[in-house]
Amino acid sequence: MGSHFDLADPRFAGALVALNFAQAMEKYEPTLGLEVHVELNTNSKMFCSCATEFGGSPNTQTCPVCLGLPGALPVVNAKAIESTILIGLALNCSIAPYSRFARKNYFYPDMPKNFQTSQYDEPICVNGYLDVEIDTDEGPAKFRIEIERVHMEEDTGKSLHVGGSTGRIHGAEYSLLDYNRAGIPLVEIVTKIVPGTGKYAPQVARAYVTELRDILRSLGVSDVKMEQGSLRCDANVSLAPMGSGKLGTRSETKNVNSLRSVERALFGEIERQANRLESGERVVQETRHFLEDTGLTRPGRSKEQAEDYRYFPEPDLVPVTPDAKWIEELRTKLPEKPSTRRKRLQTEWNVPDKEMTALINAELLDVVEETIALGAEPTRARTWWLGEISRLANEKEVEPTSLISSANLAEIIALIASGELTDKLARQVVEGVINGEGSPADVIAKRGLKVVSDDSALMVAIEAAIAAQPDTAERIRGGNIPAAGALIGAVMKATGGAADAAKVRELLLKHLGQA
Amino acid sequence: MAAISRDDVAHLARLARIEMSAEELDHMASELDVILGAVARVQEVAGQDVPPTSHPLPMTNIFRADVVKPSLTNEEALSGAPAKVEERFKVPQILGEAE
Amino acid sequence: MSSIRLSAAELGAALAKGEITSVELTNQHFDRIAEVDTSVHAFLHLDKEGALAQANSVDAKRAAGEKLGPIAGVPLALKDVLTQKGIPTTCGSKMLEGWRPPYDSGVVTKLKDAGVVILGKTNMDEFAMGSSTENSAYGPTHNPWDLTRIPGGSGGGSSASLAAFEAPLAIGTDTGGSIRQPAAVTGTVGVKPTYGGVSRYGLVAFSSSLDQAGPCARTVLDTALLHEAIAGHDPRDSTSINSPVPQVVAAAKRLDVKGMKIGVVKEISGEGFQAGVRTRFEESLQLLVEAGAEIVEVSCPNFDYALAAYYLIAPSEASSNLARFDSMRYGIRVGDDGNRGAEEVMNLTRQVGFGREVKRRIILGTYALSSGYYDAYYGSAQKVRTLIKRDFEAAFTKADVLVSPTAPTTAFKIGEKSDDPLAMYLNDIATIPVNMAGIGGMSLPCGLAPEDGLPVGFQIMSPVMQDDLMYRVGGTLEAALNSKWGHTLISQIPDLQVR
Ligand SMILES: [Mg+2]
Ligand SMILES: [Zn+2]
Repeated sequence: MGSHFDLADPRFAGALVALNFAQAMEKYEPTLGLEVHVELNTNSKMFCSCATEFGGSPNTQTCPVCLGLPGALPVVNAKAIESTILIGLALNCSIAPYSRFARKNYFYPDMPKNFQTSQYDEPICVNGYLDVEIDTDEGPAKFRIEIERVHMEEDTGKSLHVGGSTGRIHGAEYSLLDYNRAGIPLVEIVTKIVPGTGKYAPQVARAYVTELRDILRSLGVSDVKMEQGSLRCDANVSLAPMGSGKLGTRSETKNVNSLRSVERALFGEIERQANRLESGERVVQETRHFLEDTGLTRPGRSKEQAEDYRYFPEPDLVPVTPDAKWIEELRTKLPEKPSTRRKRLQTEWNVPDKEMTALINAELLDVVEETIALGAEPTRARTWWLGEISRLANEKEVEPTSLISSANLAEIIALIASGELTDKLARQVVEGVINGEGSPADVIAKRGLKVVSDDSALMVAIEAAIAAQPDTAERIRGGNIPAAGALIGAVMKATGGAADAAKVRELLLKHLGQA
Repeated sequence: MAAISRDDVAHLARLARIEMSAEELDHMASELDVILGAVARVQEVAGQDVPPTSHPLPMTNIFRADVVKPSLTNEEALSGAPAKVEERFKVPQILGEAE
Repeated sequence: MSSIRLSAAELGAALAKGEITSVELTNQHFDRIAEVDTSVHAFLHLDKEGALAQANSVDAKRAAGEKLGPIAGVPLALKDVLTQKGIPTTCGSKMLEGWRPPYDSGVVTKLKDAGVVILGKTNMDEFAMGSSTENSAYGPTHNPWDLTRIPGGSGGGSSASLAAFEAPLAIGTDTGGSIRQPAAVTGTVGVKPTYGGVSRYGLVAFSSSLDQAGPCARTVLDTALLHEAIAGHDPRDSTSINSPVPQVVAAAKRLDVKGMKIGVVKEISGEGFQAGVRTRFEESLQLLVEAGAEIVEVSCPNFDYALAAYYLIAPSEASSNLARFDSMRYGIRVGDDGNRGAEEVMNLTRQVGFGREVKRRIILGTYALSSGYYDAYYGSAQKVRTLIKRDFEAAFTKADVLVSPTAPTTAFKIGEKSDDPLAMYLNDIATIPVNMAGIGGMSLPCGLAPEDGLPVGFQIMSPVMQDDLMYRVGGTLEAALNSKWGHTLISQIPDLQVR
């Protein structure tokens, strides 16, 4: 593994990079800590009834409450509480019988009240865990990530920095604020420190965020779109000399907005810290920002002088005390764990590991399952989604699931299975459906895409093929069965793919006395 | 000895985002010192076993249904803005980092 | 003939009978305001247009035979700490100069629904922090009994407007006594309902866990009528009580305290209070005994710590509540010259926009919540709050209601205490425990102090959501006093020396 430092970068001019990641991992032990912020997909905001829809025109989803107007008061969204409890249960947490909101006081223009209504010492879910699996040099290995807490809070508005240099905060002439996002419910999921990952720290972190995302998606509580910011990860990491049993000073990397970035950011940050330590410098406790283009982090606000947030119980809200009955009711709503489901589906469908991974990475499990539930044969369902449909989606730069419904695909697959469509014809049907020509039946009717199953019509084509290649026919007659391929191909071509190849083969061989 | 110094007040004023002149700091420090001297007696009675009360009434679980209601119009939202540009609030340049 | 000296109940009756229209009544009050308010300075803003529109609409409904509530068409003065859509709301602060909220507070919604005519917004100590209305950025309000004296605070404008016959009804808010102490020193009636009894939505927060809006008037019955108009559950306020409003109007009319136990709270019943205040308080106790009540003495030892705890809790919450005044979204902005950053502009705006008392409390609250001091200050104060609640609980096992003088002194001279915050804070020594426990409290006039001829307030405290009990006792005492004097106290107010 090469160094993540780009030595050509002028910022590193003169810097001596002594260790690459692999070397660093021989001398230092990393300890992880992960904070994930999830925007819930409730209809309305955390403390007011404004819509949460993404992409509305600026300051049209605001009210006295989420603008922090004098006199306005918050009221908790019941659905947000339910979603948070569900998340806690899915992460094996205890649900606190008594929890409260607190005010986190600090000034920032994107935060209308200049305090964030959050939870502090009395969060709603505590002490859970999540198991993740990664591939190691010794094969698959399981890591248990312990969860410290899951708590509720609210999102901030969005600022746009105008003037100065390229939209960055520094050098901006002024800023413009849109509070549509202010007050959208956020759930913060904080791990305990994660020791013992060694050189697999970046992979473990990525696997954790991936698994968490899948759980959140299966719960239906969030859109979990990292690129839209509905799932955000802050990665804490510190290094200690191998075997020292100590904890080093940590940095917190923000702005990590893809799964791949979680892994890259940690590779980069571990390498950076190792090189600082190696050259006798101290790691500064600070917030760092991940730079997508270089894979490096740049320093943000130093936390050496800790902020004093002056937390205190939010007097405008009353405590949340979920009773056991409510919690148990929610527990019954928990879906199957994504890891369990994956194992079950793989067995049920009899999928090789590699293809299963491909399905998961392409996020096609749900739709394949749906297609199979609609009667499609599992292997065909998988192959079509992962193959032809994904290829077309890739071409058009859209999601595969946006192209065709699982019902339509299931119908097409059923026609293939019954021999009414060949694969080639089926591709044309799919194309027609995507083009908006109607249902598979409509496309078949309009385009006249029917398998030629009439024996006499096929015999005409077979005899024509034999006449065109008499030598080949002679060899088949002489027992050279594989030579039949050439004649079958000719027949298929002649019928425009509308023939069932197996049928053609049967008729041909019979005709030449080989059946 | 003063319970609170001029430097303490300066730190608090920074936390509270209030600019204060040297004179204001001095004045505030001496006043706060007197007030803190008077209010510190709360520590005399509050034993370990006494739970704190943050809400006057023991209410719990007050929620609203997750239903969207009309927001303010953009014009209403911006009606009090000291400065605006089109649909957004205009504020002086923001230095430092967000959370 | 002008009707401005009539009570709201009388005005309601006259309106119902068609003896006067709401428009006439409203104009009479605006005339009175034009005549005296340059001297009293009870109002910060008048809304003639809106008031007359509402009066017209009530008159039209009445003419159409619609059944209206008992105070429909009656004018009212609104404390400038409650939002009213499109009407300036300053909270007595320069910070909010020119701000017009885009929404109605819960109280204003109820007032409008009840057909009440809102004349305008009344003066107050900045962000309700004070006991004299001298902390208003727009100049002090003067006590109609003696214009050189304070009208109490923070709701001095509302109480003064009642005593000056500029309005028969007013709304106040009470965080540590801001309804009751101004009522006491202006010879009017003021009620702090049970916490959660009246919506706080649109009440610009000073201290969220203590603030409560309530009715102010010149008689106990009027206060009760207004109370029933504004009370009740508001789903926009999470701390609003969702149960039926106590029947306070019926209680105010009952005029009977036979068999009731009235507890005199030893710790706030007169020790260190002005002699004339004690005299009038004790006379009133005697009248209640004559009316058939039993007087018992109760002790609430932790009340001695209430003031100290209050001056930690209220500033702590205020330091957070007032953080939103940062010049980014509304209010004034200072120093935005294109070169300064947002943080610097916030600092300058808050330096200029807030007055001295507000800054003092923000800094005090910031200190009490800051790391390393939280447990000793804010934390301890919240424990004291528990002890005060327990004291009340114990006392209410011995008595149906508790009583004390409302304020330790009668109205003092404007400027007399403005340089001594601690002396000023002592004004609320008898009212603060009520807010700490969230119970109900009323002040009604019980006579003039012999030494200075100024009004004295009598405080009645009732358990949570039993506000009717204090109205029952208050109504009875008021009737007994009026019959003893042969007139109401407010009728004896000297004519205003209009400047
Ligand atoms: Mg957070
Ligand atoms: Zn909103």
